[in-house]
Amino acid sequence: MRLPRRDVAVPMALLVLLALGAIAVPLLSADDPRTMGDVVVQRFLPPFTTDQHGAFHLLGTDRFGRDIFARTMLAARISLVIGVLGSLLAGAVGIALGALSGWRGGVLDRLLMGAADALLAIPRLILLLVCAALWRPGTLTVVAVLVATGWMAVARLVRAEVLGIRTRPFVEGAAALGARPARILWRHVLPNALGSAIVAMTLGVGGAILLESGLSFLGLGVQPPQPSWGNMIADGRDAIVLAPWVALAPGLALIVTVVASTFLGDALRDRLAGESVAPLRDRA
Amino acid sequence: MRNVVSRLASSAILFWIVLTITFLLARAAPGDPTTLLVPPGASAADQARLRTELGLDAPLAVQYARWAGRLFKGDLGESFARRAPVRTVLAEAIPVSAGLGAVSLALTFILGIAVGMYQAARRGTLSDRALTIATTTVYAAPSFWLALALIATFTYGAARWGFPASLRLPAFGMRDPASDATGLAALGDLARHAVLPVITLTAIGAAGIARYARTIGADLVSQDFVRTARAKGATRPRIYLRHVLANAWPPLVVLLALAIPGLLAGSVFVEGVFAWPGMGRVTLAAVAARDYPVILGATAVYAAAVILANLAADLALPMLDPRRRA
Repeated sequence: MRLPRRDVAVPMALLVLLALGAIAVPLLSADDPRTMGDVVVQRFLPPFTTDQHGAFHLLGTDRFGRDIFARTMLAARISLVIGVLGSLLAGAVGIALGALSGWRGGVLDRLLMGAADALLAIPRLILLLVCAALWRPGTLTVVAVLVATGWMAVARLVRAEVLGIRTRPFVEGAAALGARPARILWRHVLPNALGSAIVAMTLGVGGAILLESGLSFLGLGVQPPQPSWGNMIADGRDAIVLAPWVALAPGLALIVTVVASTFLGDALRDRLAGESVAPLRDRA
Repeated sequence: MRNVVSRLASSAILFWIVLTITFLLARAAPGDPTTLLVPPGASAADQARLRTELGLDAPLAVQYARWAGRLFKGDLGESFARRAPVRTVLAEAIPVSAGLGAVSLALTFILGIAVGMYQAARRGTLSDRALTIATTTVYAAPSFWLALALIATFTYGAARWGFPASLRLPAFGMRDPASDATGLAALGDLARHAVLPVITLTAIGAAGIARYARTIGADLVSQDFVRTARAKGATRPRIYLRHVLANAWPPLVVLLALAIPGLLAGSVFVEGVFAWPGMGRVTLAAVAARDYPVILGATAVYAAAVILANLAADLALPMLDPRRRA
């Protein structure tokens, strides 16, 4: 097997390492990162300190004496799952609707693309805020809302690709050989239309993680005691003057994740797609 | 001319679809806004009366027709929570956000293009790579995290590292509550309060723009006319300003329009963290209180800003690029 080049391997390794940390660190930590520690001696310890019980706190502790490193890794679970799931599901919906729109054309195409344009005209965060506030906050709501507000860009990309591919000779060839339209779309058109969608979905992981953190920061996303990067940052906000590490540490984990997914997306773009990928994601 | 008219018409239709979607979204949501509005001891009959008074018990089609009819008269309804016309609520907030946004957008563009073009000119060098990592990192940071990091630097850090008084920048609000300064002194106070919010918005915006300006510039640098200019002995500044940047304007203007939604979204958090009474704060408060009329009004303003920016970019393109003049 050919080894992947460095531009793919380095961000991939970072993400795998983070995922492993997210699985292992909360399991291995001495205290449950969700429950209060010994508040009197453990609260607001700065990074790189050892407390009186002999426990070492790499990133310090929060106002309840909980270890921030263990909590950040626990939060990574939910943030990574929401980011990947939100982006993949939105991409899947976008691919389906975009392919349908480009393949069928006509009224359906106009309706779908009209809806996509209208939704794209509202900044995604505002749309997200409105939806997240109107329905009950929670993990499922966040994923549903990320999908509902995230399919449009992928749909537009796939539709444009399908429109270009459907007139190509190999498609006409397949039709002349008697292949049914569904088979042509599935076997001949879609595989050729997916490059830019895959890139957009990879870059979308970072976008979804950022948006989730924004919603959770506002209390509209993942709810405590379940930690997520966003609600941990919100948690540290009141202590920003006294103990800035409480808010800043989870943000560093988030930044590393988003940077890795961005470099991975960039590397994939160099291979799979031209300049057709939508620039400038919506962000938090 | 015909082109312009049809673009205007399609923008107007798009705007109407957006308004309808937000109307339907707000009404489709579970929960009743009157539960948050009635005082704790109110009876079910009181609540029903309030619902009638606000027109929430009418069929959806009737509500839509009423809402559309009022909209045509420029009436955005009345805020449930603040009992003031939505127009007034928004009119107080828009100038704050527009001022913050305009200053940040201008700085974003100058800084973003400068960094991107510098990188394009020195592709593959160490400084290019360092800047790519720097812009990607800033672009990956949530705006509220950057805002908090700045606040930490100028409070915790200022005390710890002993910043001089002039560098202790205020982190909350638009003006010093204790100050009754007027004229120039008040303006100076406002400017000091604006530094951190503007830095946050500019950093995020410029990082995004630089990433794309670099790609645009790099594509142009490898073109024949640049090689020709170089062969004719044109100086470096002349090549980049006269040849590369001139050809980069059309995609950069499109990028400007595409940067608007991100700036608006960023401003929601930045206004929230720095306590600026702009559109972002109004939206967050309205969302928390299920204040439908304000949510609809604010979404309409945001959508209008995005649609207008796209329209302006579309109309500006032929002016910047003679090839697009039909």
